[in-house]
Amino acid sequence: MSELLELSAAAAAERVRAGELSARELFELYRERAANEDLGAFLWVADEAPEVPADAPLCGVPVAVKDLFCVEGVPSTAASRILEGYRPPYTATAVERLIEAGAPVLGKTNMDEFAMGSSNENSGYGVVLNPWDRERVPGGSSGGSAAAVAAGLAPWAIGTDTGGSIRQPAALCGIVGLKPTYGAVSRYGMIAFASSLDQCGPLTRDVTDAALLLRHLVGRRDPCDSTHLEFPGEVSLPGAESLTGLRFGVWGLEEEGVEPGVAAACRAALARIEELGGAVEEIELPYAEHGLSAYYVIAPAEASANLARYDGVRYGARSLDGDLTSMYERTRAEGFGAEVKRRIMIGTYALSSGYYEAYYGRAQKVRTKIVESFRAAFEKVDFVVTPTSPTVAFKLGERTANPLAMYLSDYFTVPMSLAGIPAISIPAGLSDGLPVGLQIAGPPFSESRILDAAHALEQAIGFEGRRWR
Amino acid sequence: MTQRAAGAGDELAERRYEPVIGLEIHVQLKTRTKMFCGCELAFGEEPNTLTCPVCLGHPGTLPVLNAEAVHFGLMIGLALGCEIAPRSIFHRKNYFYPDLPKGYQISQYDIPLATGGRLGDVRIHRVHLEEDAAKLVHAGSSGRIHGAEASAVDFNRGGTPLVEIVTEPDIHSPQQAGEWLRLLRATLKRLGVSDVNMEEGSLRCDANVSIRPAGTATLGTKTELKNMNSFRFLERGIEAEIARQEEILRGGGAIEQETLHFDPATGSLSSLRSKEEAHDYRYFPEPDLVPIAPTDEMLARAREALPELPAARAERFERDLGLPAATAKLLAFRSELGDYFEEALAADSADAPALANWVTVELVPRLEDEDPFASKVKPRALARLVAMVSERSVSQSAAKEVLDVLAAEGGEPAAIVEQRGLGMAGANELGAIVERAIEANPKAAEEFRAGKQKAIGAIVGFVMRETQGRADGGEVNRLIREKLGA
Ligand SMILES: [Zn+2]
Repeated sequence: MSELLELSAAAAAERVRAGELSARELFELYRERAANEDLGAFLWVADEAPEVPADAPLCGVPVAVKDLFCVEGVPSTAASRILEGYRPPYTATAVERLIEAGAPVLGKTNMDEFAMGSSNENSGYGVVLNPWDRERVPGGSSGGSAAAVAAGLAPWAIGTDTGGSIRQPAALCGIVGLKPTYGAVSRYGMIAFASSLDQCGPLTRDVTDAALLLRHLVGRRDPCDSTHLEFPGEVSLPGAESLTGLRFGVWGLEEEGVEPGVAAACRAALARIEELGGAVEEIELPYAEHGLSAYYVIAPAEASANLARYDGVRYGARSLDGDLTSMYERTRAEGFGAEVKRRIMIGTYALSSGYYEAYYGRAQKVRTKIVESFRAAFEKVDFVVTPTSPTVAFKLGERTANPLAMYLSDYFTVPMSLAGIPAISIPAGLSDGLPVGLQIAGPPFSESRILDAAHALEQAIGFEGRRWR
Repeated sequence: MTQRAAGAGDELAERRYEPVIGLEIHVQLKTRTKMFCGCELAFGEEPNTLTCPVCLGHPGTLPVLNAEAVHFGLMIGLALGCEIAPRSIFHRKNYFYPDLPKGYQISQYDIPLATGGRLGDVRIHRVHLEEDAAKLVHAGSSGRIHGAEASAVDFNRGGTPLVEIVTEPDIHSPQQAGEWLRLLRATLKRLGVSDVNMEEGSLRCDANVSIRPAGTATLGTKTELKNMNSFRFLERGIEAEIARQEEILRGGGAIEQETLHFDPATGSLSSLRSKEEAHDYRYFPEPDLVPIAPTDEMLARAREALPELPAARAERFERDLGLPAATAKLLAFRSELGDYFEEALAADSADAPALANWVTVELVPRLEDEDPFASKVKPRALARLVAMVSERSVSQSAAKEVLDVLAAEGGEPAAIVEQRGLGMAGANELGAIVERAIEANPKAAEEFRAGKQKAIGAIVGFVMRETQGRADGGEVNRLIREKLGA
């Protein structure tokens, strides 16, 4: 059993293709582990292995799916009490494409409610423990997906990233997480948090798995998502071993809030880049430091509208109490958690007449400036490199009373989200026994090049991330 | 002093006011599917059978813009002489209501599809696209959601494509409002983009009404009138509101900005909400949709799809065919009637004004259906009949009898005239009747010879009775005068 568990998803698929492993056996191995896990990573686990076509490219290697994705007939709650018992009548395009490619749904993973959070402590269904240290958070919002992959409860997983929700938990759990270019993966069926930022992507054990999963998430235009874009060409599987001729622009390593251990691990990774022939230089990213402020206006503003549909009228929880207004108020008061309510209020305020220009309007201007900053940076360098998170995994409860400290977790990931550009987090090393993530970002649709560079670096770093028992 | 005060009061009481009216019209488009999903559009189906996850606002669903709705929107914009925006966008209009499944309506806001046009004597402010809400049904006597025992939502209508047309405040009387709305309705019907049925709600009109002292230019405080679902209600509602505002101003009061609901049963207006209660819709750009940027091909296709519009048609009828303005409008604004008239005109050598008169005055009251083509009177038959009248082979009154037969049974006018003996009395027959008429009215004949012109009437009347209208009045007159040696 443990030998099978060691296989990366790509390697497992190869075994199945070669006839050395049955897809059913592989599914059952992970189903068993997911059903009996004690990290709180899964909210629902499949009963049995579905039929997978023999020629499907992903060969039946099951995938853990963040609870933010709708799957027909399967509980899909976005980890919110307000969607308790909700079983969607349709399946998200991203999940459907993976099923078609031969990666059946293993289960639904825990997350921060409606993807709002950086520690997974905002779930309506309990916290997730970090497999590296069970007293610490796995990061968020895709905390369940990240913990499941790190703990060998799933071969791989998909999550969503709005301001860092794939990259930050990947960093804190010592795995690979990729946020693709905005529009690269269809958002149809992904429960919306902030529509102009939300993007689906893979959380995997290594860079090759991330490339393989991404290949089947992107592709032809989805007629159900007007903002979806056809991916230029096929995602290539990474093979690079050298970084010769590539320029890496480093940003933010000197920032005050970066833990010394995190900075040290990142510097060590930068040294590896140079050893591999890459050029490393410090760069400026004007306005990127204001990314968080802009993000915490734009994302809540969009969320305040996106979450208006949870009103108790058509599906999900309903708290009846006299008239219509009381039904709305009680349903939402009882159904939403504290952080969700906080962001709905921030967003509602930011869009109110008289405040719109000062908040939403100005935040959009900052966003445009950040897009320009990256465009200018990519004229000088091929990639922008930063720590993924300023800190390693923090203790459960450590930041729940201080939302601002929690929001700072996304300081390095939010600018890429605002710019809509792809970025990957790969393990750079350890700090006090806890994983540190290095973020590598590139221009729109440069996923294949990012994956190639990340692969070369990953080989050189040789991070040992398996945390299962 | 008291004198002057009284004078000022009188002045206030007697001041003449000019109404200033602008209309906001919602038009349900007759597209095959809904605005943002693939659900079919149909009226009168079982409730909640034409729905899908998108138009029910399920989590994770996204809107996809209906290309046909954009095409219809462009046609309307072009037909109203508007400028089409090179790039227009959608916003979210946020408010909670059970008929609004997403908690926001997707609508165009500060950059609409089209702006600045004109129809007839009214300027168009803007034309924009949006989606319709679902339909609420309330159990209980209140008829409104507050106080209802229960409320049910039918989402079949939810997501129907709407075009909103907003006019400039160029209308100055309830009648003008009604007449202009009829022109707009005829125009939209002619475009084929909507059923434009006010009772069924495919054409809905709100009115912004204010009044100002006649001769002044500043605009008064306006109120918004809702729920006027017929032309009559629109005119009555505006009339009532003008009267209400005049009474307030004459009493020295001030108009409050508010939204009013017109109750057609009582003709009364009740306040829906005041300015203070007005919603803050928190508009922001819809991130799930991309801008509408009409290509040259799209614009060309919309332009090619434009038929001759009622206003232009009425002008042509007046100018080229010599029809009186009112008749020309009547035919052009009811486009089937105009089509019927033109088909008849092409079928025979009838005189256009005479034919138009026969269509509007004689045919219309004999129609059972709104559509003249559904009648048994074929355009060619009516044209023949009118030609026979001008050829004097049948009299006016006999022709009306023929039309009755045509309307009831159909057929050819000549055959009906033949069968029923409705043709003009021949010269011999008429001569004999005239002689009998003079014999039967010796007193009248005497008076006429003595110079009393009016006396001829009795003799003419006798002839018309005898011929049962199958004689031409002028000819009868001439014969009588001849026989009496006048
Ligand atoms: Zn639908």
